[in-house]
Amino acid sequence: MSDIPLSEKIPAPLIGEPARRLFPTDPAMLPGLTIATITDRIAAIPLRHRGFIWWYALVLFFTIWVGGLAVGVIWTFYRGVGMYGLSWPVMWGFDIINYVWWIGIACGCAFISAAFYLIDADWRAGIGRIADICAVTAAACGGIFPIIHLGRPWLFYWLFPYPNTMGYWPNWRSPLLWDFWGILSFVAVVAVWALIGLIPDLAVLRDRATTRFRGTLYGVAAFGFRGSGAQWRRHDAIVRALAILMLLAAIDTHSIAALDFAGGLTPGWHTTQMPPYFVFGAVLSGAAMILLVSLPLRRLLRFTHLITGRHVDMLCKIMICSSLLVTYSYGMEAFMSWYSGLKSERAMFADRVMGPYAYIYWGTIAFNCLLPQLFWIRRLRFVQPLVWLVSFLVLVGMWMDPCKIVLGSLFRPHLPSAWGLFHVQWDDLITLLGSIGLFCMVLLIMIRILPMAPIGQLRRLLTRVASS
Amino acid sequence: MGGSTYAEITPIKGRVELASTDHHTPLFQDENEIVRHATLSDFRKHPDFAKSKQQEELYLRKPGSETAWAMGVDMNACIGCNACVIACQAENNVPTVGKDQVLMEREMQWLRIDRYYEGTPDEPQTFFQPMFCQMCEEAPCEIVCPPGATVHDAEGLNLMIYNRCIGTRFCSNNCPYKVRRFNFFAYSADQNRPVVSWNNNVSVRSGGVMEKCTYCVQRIWSARIIAAQTGVGDGTLDVRTACQAACPTQAFSFGDENNHETEVYKRKQSPLDYQLLESLNTHPRTTYEALVSNPNPALGKTGA
Repeated sequence: MSDIPLSEKIPAPLIGEPARRLFPTDPAMLPGLTIATITDRIAAIPLRHRGFIWWYALVLFFTIWVGGLAVGVIWTFYRGVGMYGLSWPVMWGFDIINYVWWIGIACGCAFISAAFYLIDADWRAGIGRIADICAVTAAACGGIFPIIHLGRPWLFYWLFPYPNTMGYWPNWRSPLLWDFWGILSFVAVVAVWALIGLIPDLAVLRDRATTRFRGTLYGVAAFGFRGSGAQWRRHDAIVRALAILMLLAAIDTHSIAALDFAGGLTPGWHTTQMPPYFVFGAVLSGAAMILLVSLPLRRLLRFTHLITGRHVDMLCKIMICSSLLVTYSYGMEAFMSWYSGLKSERAMFADRVMGPYAYIYWGTIAFNCLLPQLFWIRRLRFVQPLVWLVSFLVLVGMWMDPCKIVLGSLFRPHLPSAWGLFHVQWDDLITLLGSIGLFCMVLLIMIRILPMAPIGQLRRLLTRVASS
Repeated sequence: MGGSTYAEITPIKGRVELASTDHHTPLFQDENEIVRHATLSDFRKHPDFAKSKQQEELYLRKPGSETAWAMGVDMNACIGCNACVIACQAENNVPTVGKDQVLMEREMQWLRIDRYYEGTPDEPQTFFQPMFCQMCEEAPCEIVCPPGATVHDAEGLNLMIYNRCIGTRFCSNNCPYKVRRFNFFAYSADQNRPVVSWNNNVSVRSGGVMEKCTYCVQRIWSARIIAAQTGVGDGTLDVRTACQAACPTQAFSFGDENNHETEVYKRKQSPLDYQLLESLNTHPRTTYEALVSNPNPALGKTGA
């Protein structure tokens, strides 16, 4: 096999194709593709003998970046969490904010992928894989923070009810414990969901692999999938069942993350609206993340026929919808602080809106509530740089959102004598930026080894479009 | 140097932040909520001004054991001298953290004196309120700790099990009184002090661990051990906490509130007795006696 030249085995339709603009009339897949060319295009990318030059450059860049994260985390392990800007009233800081942010992105991506799979939306196939990969990667990035935020992180396994001689048993009343299980189950479900979805595509890569090493690797990962009718039928059934599970896991994981706050007595946290509010925010950040990643990949991987105006249109509409729901939650948040009747709640909210962290509050309003409303104007949904910029700023806004909840509540506790501030340190910034670098690096590795669009589903979409 | 020494004050360039554990911004006193207070004439008119409306209880609370530890703080007696703060620090091996950490708001004192002001900045009335673990019967900190490092004992003590603490810090976030202190670094290891200055009845806390007032649990058990050795009583009447022992005005009363002969029980029968942040239903064992002042009208309206 390996003596067949790459140029003969794999066509190279990826080079030189003009980057296409987006149009409102775009179907979910542009005409001109055949079952063979879909497979060729998508499979050719991970099967290239050498990666793209931009790929090497970016991987090198982000590896150094992640190295910075590793140094920061190890230094903090060694010195103690005092390296973060935490203070006596503000005992949670960037770690919890970053965690909520990443898990929100993960839940949102998984939610969009699973929900629109279940309702059989034609545009789901084009961005489905990107959404799943983003969900897995973001969950991995978020998952490190609950551990590194601990005062004694090496004891994190005490959250497991493991057999021990100390008579130790975790406290099942703690929302943090629920959250621990929430993340674990989410990571398990999203990994299985992404992997099962990948199986037929990995089988394609196995069949087309030009080296023994790759053939073996993809062969093992494809679990012996040969594409028989019976296998496809079972695969369909399991993916459908998993989609339901994934949808539920995405909703409940971020709801449980919200209970870390709703279960607390701190002013600004103690409301029942937190779980749905977090899920709305998750969908907003998920849609933004899918757009943020798929718009550049559409060009870099020459997916212009697969990710079209239809996808961007729908994702922008999801952003509008979830942004309105988030706006409603912000309204309820303001209302509840007044309706609680507690002076401490009202004082906290007044200071959140007008105090030292006011810019964070108004940032969330600007980026999460107002900015996505631009997409009511149809024309703007197809301006790629604008869509990308808005998605980026929405993700900034969705980082400010837990920032508002964590810092903007803790700094004004019940007793005014304990009012204080968070004192941002380098370590806080290093972990935040480092996790972004980690996300980019893992995503790049995924791009190199995995098909970034679901081949099997796109082929099916093509036959559906052709027969209709 | 030689010659006479003298102090000289020279202005420096730039700004230096002053490290202080006191908050110097005027703290609002919201309508008698935190430091409940009245003038003598008001008190005579409304003797129950410090009492809230009795709240109905939905939940049946567990009966305690024979002994119920409780503390009373008489704010009429407190002069804000900070002796209790230092006594607590010495008794419980509370580390000092230094200027940089104080600027980061990371002081470790288990007992602090909160100050509140009322009136105009020119002529403020100042209130002192010693603040430490309220030993809530329905403690918000206990529910949220994942490894269960902070638990309740039958006698009403909210205990901190340092060995179990993994440092999630949720307990502190959930404490409405903010009386929990966290070892952001291994502060105790950095203490530059003679070995004999440590109290060897109190364990030293490592980095990454939460700590807080224990009602001097070591003194409770010392008294019991001595009583068992001497055969005199059960020791519950002999316990004096460090803050109580140091207070020059005897603002603190501590003991078994199930025993109606104790000072703490008698003081808690006062109409002035109230629970701080009562509306949160934490049922603290530490209660305060509201401040009653008798200002001389000839000296102006305010002034304690």
